[in-house]
Amino acid sequence: MAAVAFHKKDSTPAPSATPMVTLEGVNKWYGQFHVLRDVNLTVKRGERFVICGPSGSGKSTMIRCINRLEEHQKGRITVDGTPLTEDVRNIEAVRREVGMVFQQFNLFPHLTVLQNCTLAPIWVRKMPKKEAEEMAMTYLKRVRIPEQANKFPGQLSGGQQQRVAIARALCMRPKVMLFDEPTSALDPEMVKEVLDVMVELAREGMTMMCVTHEMGFARQVADSVIFMDRGEIVEQAPPAEFFKNPKSERTRAFLGQVLAH
Amino acid sequence: MQQVDHLTTTPEAPPRGSSGAFVWVRKNLFGSIFSSILTLVICGLIIWFVPSLVEWALIKAVWPGAGADACRAASGEGACWAVIGDKWRLIIFGRYPFDEHWRPTLAMLVLMGTVLVSCDRRFWSARLIVVWILGMLVFLWLMGGGFGLTSVPTGLWGGLPLTMMLAFFGMVVAFPLAILLALGRRSSLPLIKVVSVVYIELIRGVPLISLLFMGSFLLPLFMPAGTTIDAVLRAQIAIILFQAAYLAETIRGGLQALPKGQSEAADALALGYWKTQLLIVLPQALKISIPPIVGSLISLFKDTSLVAIVSLSDLLLSMRQAMGDPVWRPFFVEAFLFIMLIYWAFCFSMSKYSQYLERTLETGHRRR
Ligand SMILES: Nc1ncnc2c1ncn2[C@@H]1O[C@H](COP(=O)(O)OP(=O)(O)OP(=O)(O)O)[C@@H](O)[C@H]1O
Ligand SMILES: [Mg+2]
Repeated sequence: MAAVAFHKKDSTPAPSATPMVTLEGVNKWYGQFHVLRDVNLTVKRGERFVICGPSGSGKSTMIRCINRLEEHQKGRITVDGTPLTEDVRNIEAVRREVGMVFQQFNLFPHLTVLQNCTLAPIWVRKMPKKEAEEMAMTYLKRVRIPEQANKFPGQLSGGQQQRVAIARALCMRPKVMLFDEPTSALDPEMVKEVLDVMVELAREGMTMMCVTHEMGFARQVADSVIFMDRGEIVEQAPPAEFFKNPKSERTRAFLGQVLAH
Repeated sequence: MQQVDHLTTTPEAPPRGSSGAFVWVRKNLFGSIFSSILTLVICGLIIWFVPSLVEWALIKAVWPGAGADACRAASGEGACWAVIGDKWRLIIFGRYPFDEHWRPTLAMLVLMGTVLVSCDRRFWSARLIVVWILGMLVFLWLMGGGFGLTSVPTGLWGGLPLTMMLAFFGMVVAFPLAILLALGRRSSLPLIKVVSVVYIELIRGVPLISLLFMGSFLLPLFMPAGTTIDAVLRAQIAIILFQAAYLAETIRGGLQALPKGQSEAADALALGYWKTQLLIVLPQALKISIPPIVGSLISLFKDTSLVAIVSLSDLLLSMRQAMGDPVWRPFFVEAFLFIMLIYWAFCFSMSKYSQYLERTLETGHRRR
């Protein structure tokens, strides 16, 4: 493995006891539609969670509540001790510590790869430009695309773009990384290059919550696998147990579908 | 997964007979009975009209330098371009003091230079704001005087410099207002949203003329007694307020065209509202809306002629005033054609520029 760690501060792979993210009785509605029903969840520092479930079950909604891209209406969400409330200062404090990778990459097309990575460190963390660029280059090396630094996102392949998106999030030195189906929009031959980067990140002790249907990834790195259906957490278990003997009928049906091909 | 086949055929040349002048003419001019008739009618009109136009405008024309008598002799047969030779300074500069005409000339050059700099994509940055503030100040100084120049009251400003000022200042000052209005209209704060919507819809619902009237006749009634606002300033403010409402809608179109993921990604990076707008949303949204923005500048340039209604001598009115001279009065049409040419030259170059931008921005967008 290369010398530079993804995450210098918390590079202890073993999960420690302090909770990083907690959801307590979280409920959310879209109009009359009850999209999150009483979700309870605790992610400890350094833990890696994989969230799966059928389409429309509320996985994206839940993960997007953690950095307030969606607002929950009932319950408590706390990130590294900071409660998510109406208070904009709390919201921004949480967002500074939470990195997010989207299904559609969402890179900024008018900025180069390097500018994409340095934007938030410079404008949010007030880091000097030169220092930010050096840091961005280390992360671009870690995701194995330093040579693309001066290109625009539109000139890269999907897999490369998603790796830039990961590097961009890491440049804020987040304490938690959220992934919302990071490989679903990719051509099959590019999935692996992104998963490899994620596996490496997990090995270095990053706290991660990934919505994904890549069950191989779940087996390999997850501490805990969560199955969601109709806005509820139906089942939560370590991967070995989750895949070997799922307790709920719904989980079994879902796994049957996902693992069938 | 999709099967990808390798190309097994060699590229072929297009079939013969699909190009060439004859084929083009047959296909495009005589493709159907209707288009054949249309082609013949248009050709007939051209053959009938163009020679007499050339004869009037060029062959039998009276050129600058000749007097009004020569024009009268050629009346009805040749154009009298001599009128422009005699009156052009009055038309272009209006009642501005004759000996000081170098000042509006220089002022127009400064303004044109600023406009040209703004046309170059390499200069699209925050520095352009400074360039415009300087450009506008120098323009006003040259026109109005002070700091070593004799002062010329705005009542004497007129002609092309006034038209250019009303249009370009109107556009440039309206721009930041329009951005705020467009953002306000999409704001999640109800009060700001309501204020923006009401403003935009109110202004867009009335003609520019009525705003100019309001500025000239109603505004002074609301002012404390004794204070007056300069007539040119009032018209300029009315134009800015008018243009801001229209531009706001244009910019909102650009904002709406932007995928939601862009502001979400910025939010996730904790950029906050203003940094998100300034660094992520606006640069992309404005790029999309530049062609329609230039389009609205073209309309504005022509609409400035409405200020004649509040007695400002813009290019159109100063031409009519110049033609008040009984000696030259019969040659109104030629003077009209002259200022039409000026309007056309401005609007046509803007339109060409807009087309150029559309081409380069399109590829620029895909590549970036
Ligand atoms: N803005 C919205 N307004 C109304 N309903 C919404 C909105 N966003 C999502 N929903 C609904 O909420 C439900 C949960 O959506 P969500 O995107 O969280 O599902 P998901 O589990 O991520 O599904 P997928 O696997 O398709 O991404 C869906 O039924 C969806 O239609
Ligand atoms: Mg989803």
